[in-house]
Amino acid sequence: MAKKEVDDRFKKFGTVSFTAITKTNDFIDYLEKGKVMGTKCKDCGAVYFPPRSDCFKCLDSNMEWFEVSGAGKLLSFSELKYGPVGFENDLPYTIALVDYGDYKVFGRISKDIPYEELKVGMGLKAESNTLPNGQLNYVFTTP
Amino acid sequence: MAKVGIIGVGQSSFVRGYPGSIRELAFEGFKEAMEDAKIHIKDIDASIIASAPEYDKQRSPAGVIAEYLGLIPQPTFYIESICSSSSTGVKVAYSMIKAGIHDVVAVIGFQKMSEISSSESQERMGRGADIQWESPFGTMMPAYYAMYARAHMATYGTTLEDLAKIRVKAATYGQINEKAVYRKAVTMEMFTDPESNMSATVAKPLRVGDCCANADGSSCIIIANEEKAKAMSKNPIWILGIGAASETVNMAGRDLLTGLSVGIEAGKQAYAMAGVTPKDIDVAEVHDCFTIAEMMAYENLGFAKPGEGKDLIASKETYKEGHIPVNVDGGLLSKGHPIGATGGSQIRTIVLQLRGEAGEMQVKNPEIGLVHNIGGVGLYGNVTILGR
Repeated sequence: MAKKEVDDRFKKFGTVSFTAITKTNDFIDYLEKGKVMGTKCKDCGAVYFPPRSDCFKCLDSNMEWFEVSGAGKLLSFSELKYGPVGFENDLPYTIALVDYGDYKVFGRISKDIPYEELKVGMGLKAESNTLPNGQLNYVFTTP
Repeated sequence: MAKVGIIGVGQSSFVRGYPGSIRELAFEGFKEAMEDAKIHIKDIDASIIASAPEYDKQRSPAGVIAEYLGLIPQPTFYIESICSSSSTGVKVAYSMIKAGIHDVVAVIGFQKMSEISSSESQERMGRGADIQWESPFGTMMPAYYAMYARAHMATYGTTLEDLAKIRVKAATYGQINEKAVYRKAVTMEMFTDPESNMSATVAKPLRVGDCCANADGSSCIIIANEEKAKAMSKNPIWILGIGAASETVNMAGRDLLTGLSVGIEAGKQAYAMAGVTPKDIDVAEVHDCFTIAEMMAYENLGFAKPGEGKDLIASKETYKEGHIPVNVDGGLLSKGHPIGATGGSQIRTIVLQLRGEAGEMQVKNPEIGLVHNIGGVGLYGNVTILGR
């Protein structure tokens, strides 16, 4: 009997991924195509970021993907001087939360923006990004 | 309605690198609580053991610790909600007693953070958030609280100096608390002195001085129904109100970035149940894992209006002599934060205060005290109101 293939695409997410198998694995394919995606419940219209495969409002799993596009507003951020194991080579880096109105997105700020230029309330857009170790994530850049 | 009372409290010294195993550490807090309650192990109907399991090598520590403390064959339950594990344990014990299932329950919180190596600890710290969607970005506890600090600063004009004042207060009392891990003074100047470790950035804008001290430690709270509490104890401290709440793990799910919603929600529940308002609180213990966390707790619990926490600390009203003394045992910042033991230690402090047994740290004649204990980055929150 042929070995059952395991869909572990999610192990490509972030500098170190702690999850390999999830029903939201298509998120990785979208990142590869340059898109950052969330999910939306086809039944009640609830919008989810980070994406989820089940809607707790409808107790249903009838979801579709939508693209996180346009600019959001920077709510807060912090530059790390120390990181967990596996993130040493990325230091220093800045994590941030960006508000898109219907949903918020947590991620990293692009190294292209100097830390001194960051300001709560500024506009930022999410962009897919390939890390030096070949892994994928997304970063916030100037729109 | 029958009351539920605390008849014994204890804690170990909070230390770096405890020279013993987790069961021996748990024994220290338990022994002090049993000697305080002056009861026998046969008087205890059940035990609740609380810790954050990622620091334990022992799988399911409850059985091992219950055995070591002689609490066999009574039932033992393992409870965890990270940094608020032992106050969650107290809530569960309260519920079991109220339900009439048990009469006397011991809640034992412990954490031997040095059980694992520092590299193992660093690895676990990377998994302290939503491991699917946030940890892959390289998140750390201080960075999350730093985001709250940044948002508080942007909204209310709070400054690094305001935050440093909270640490200076904590150190004032850490020096006189013989159980504290950090016994030294901290001055405002240290935060601007590049030679001082306190001024070193951990996650902008937070500095070493803004972060609590990791420690090994244990705590124990013995809780009884009204009848047993009155029969066993001369001075039981009653649980007047007990609230608990949860929030999204993911920062993307949070609506409030200038406070912790779990503190607000659990506080509302506890105040309503106790039938008191923030003005009635004579002494409080709040979860100051970072200076910003204490600042937010002032505002979330109604000791100050949103944005006015900085005025409360500037006026020294949260010092021992002020109108609302907070963390006059050194808090997590100086007393130390052995995760699973912390909530129990906070409750012990308030019980000693209400009994008038807090020694040099004693606040003048308090009648009602409050304990605010948070798990994770505002993921879980418990607020407990105690009275004589």
